[in-house]
Amino acid sequence: MRIGTFLRPALVLLLLALVLRPDWFVPLFAPLAPVGGPVIYARSSLLSLSLSHLGLVAAATAAATLIAVSLAILVTRPAGAAFRPLSRTITNMGQTFPPVAVLALAVPALGFGAGPTLVALFLYGLLPIFENSVAALTSLPPATMEAARGMGLNRRQRLWQVELPLALPVMLTGIRLSAVISLGTATIGSTVAARTLGEVIIAGLLTSNTAYVLQGGLIVGLFAVLIYDALVQLEKRLSRQTSS
Amino acid sequence: MIEIDHLTKVYGSATAVDDVTLTAQSGTITAIVGTSGSGKTTLLRMINRLEEPTSGEVRINGETTTDVKPYVLRRRIGYAIQGHGLFPHHTVGRNIGAVPRLLGWPREKIRARVDELLDLFSLDPAEFRDRYPAELSGGQQQRVGVARALASRPDLLLMDEPFGALDPIIRARAQDDLRRIQRTLGSTIMLVTHDMEEAIRLGDHVAVMDGGRLVQYAPPAEIVARPATPFVADMVGDVDRPLRLLSLIPAAEVAEDGAAEGEALPRNASLRDALSACLRTGREAVPVQREEGGPGRATLAAIRARAELPE
Repeated sequence: MRIGTFLRPALVLLLLALVLRPDWFVPLFAPLAPVGGPVIYARSSLLSLSLSHLGLVAAATAAATLIAVSLAILVTRPAGAAFRPLSRTITNMGQTFPPVAVLALAVPALGFGAGPTLVALFLYGLLPIFENSVAALTSLPPATMEAARGMGLNRRQRLWQVELPLALPVMLTGIRLSAVISLGTATIGSTVAARTLGEVIIAGLLTSNTAYVLQGGLIVGLFAVLIYDALVQLEKRLSRQTSS
Repeated sequence: MIEIDHLTKVYGSATAVDDVTLTAQSGTITAIVGTSGSGKTTLLRMINRLEEPTSGEVRINGETTTDVKPYVLRRRIGYAIQGHGLFPHHTVGRNIGAVPRLLGWPREKIRARVDELLDLFSLDPAEFRDRYPAELSGGQQQRVGVARALASRPDLLLMDEPFGALDPIIRARAQDDLRRIQRTLGSTIMLVTHDMEEAIRLGDHVAVMDGGRLVQYAPPAEIVARPATPFVADMVGDVDRPLRLLSLIPAAEVAEDGAAEGEALPRNASLRDALSACLRTGREAVPVQREEGGPGRATLAAIRARAELPE
């Protein structure tokens, strides 16, 4: 943990510098840029690309969470248990279908831009959240569930006051996996003109400018590491309270 | 008054509970005892409708339990189980106040009730109210579980092997606590156990279940002295029966006037304690304290006379 106390703020500062003050890194990236070519991506601001990238990921993860958790709740009720295999198949398909293929297929329907990316990230993010939520909701401590029923909590009260709070840490693990996968996957959204940090990487690849590629990659990587870490901390805090 | 009226539960081709009828008076403890698979837990769970009976009914103070929705019924009936089942994400105070909160008690009243119960169970409210169940010992968790079941002053408290997970010493203390608290509050309790010792110790009445049937329903002394079937005799532990019987009779009951050597037994001592004291020190009589008439003595002869079982 002691490494974390130093490393975490250092990484945050590095990320902020890369996004807000890219000029500071000119000496570092210059050897990687083509001779005489631009070193720092300047066609649009890195801040606005980052915000749009994070916004896409947040929207897709939020939608995937809403649908996956609702589905998990449904199939863990006695009335919905019959739908569990079907739901599993559907969410598995979302994961099996490559996001690139989803992008390609979605463009004719949704046009270029953020739409197809949102759909691809959403489908890709469903599975981890769904599987973790089902696992969490089916492995709650039996004595606690029996007591909740025996003392007169009705179905809704049991769900909101006992099951969901107790399942939350494990659900959050699924959300974390999904969010981090989406952060990386969102970069390919720029192939269909979604505004993400992938734009920087793709521009670098098209012009053989390694400096661009590295710049975009570093920023996406740092976001992923820091968000992963923040969610791990949140899970730890929550599960400390709920472990019996 | 709790009336169980021809209650039957059939699962497929197996009859878990077979036409059980019994009446428990308010303010008493009824211990339902049997081996595993005897139907005792199913019987208990039909009272608060965690299981729906196949036929028959239960009346609590004259009201049929099927008149209200199950969760409404359960809020009027305390429920304590083995392994306590506390909510790990709620504090002790919030756990105990759970049913009063469901019933919509005002916040102040819940708080006062929580502190009152913690006091009653010898847990300092200031120290325990805001702690989480994981921070308590097994015995403390169990006490909080029982306190939670009593919080709304229920008409009836159901307990399913409440002390099953405790070690013998903590278990004996928990049983004494339950007895004391039940006397203080005048609660009506139905308790399921597989341990005849516990049933005899706690029950005002003992109901013995075997293969889904109620084979004997009587006060503990009667169960020990006149077991209705060989199975009941077996449950009581046939060779120990005289000792079991002695443990149910207060020493003061056989005390006669006269002096004896040594230290007097405490006021609540049983004849079993008196016998043990005699044997340990090789005395023919031990002094006992009586409610009236001053100190007396219990003689070995008097103890022996009470230990005889009717044949």
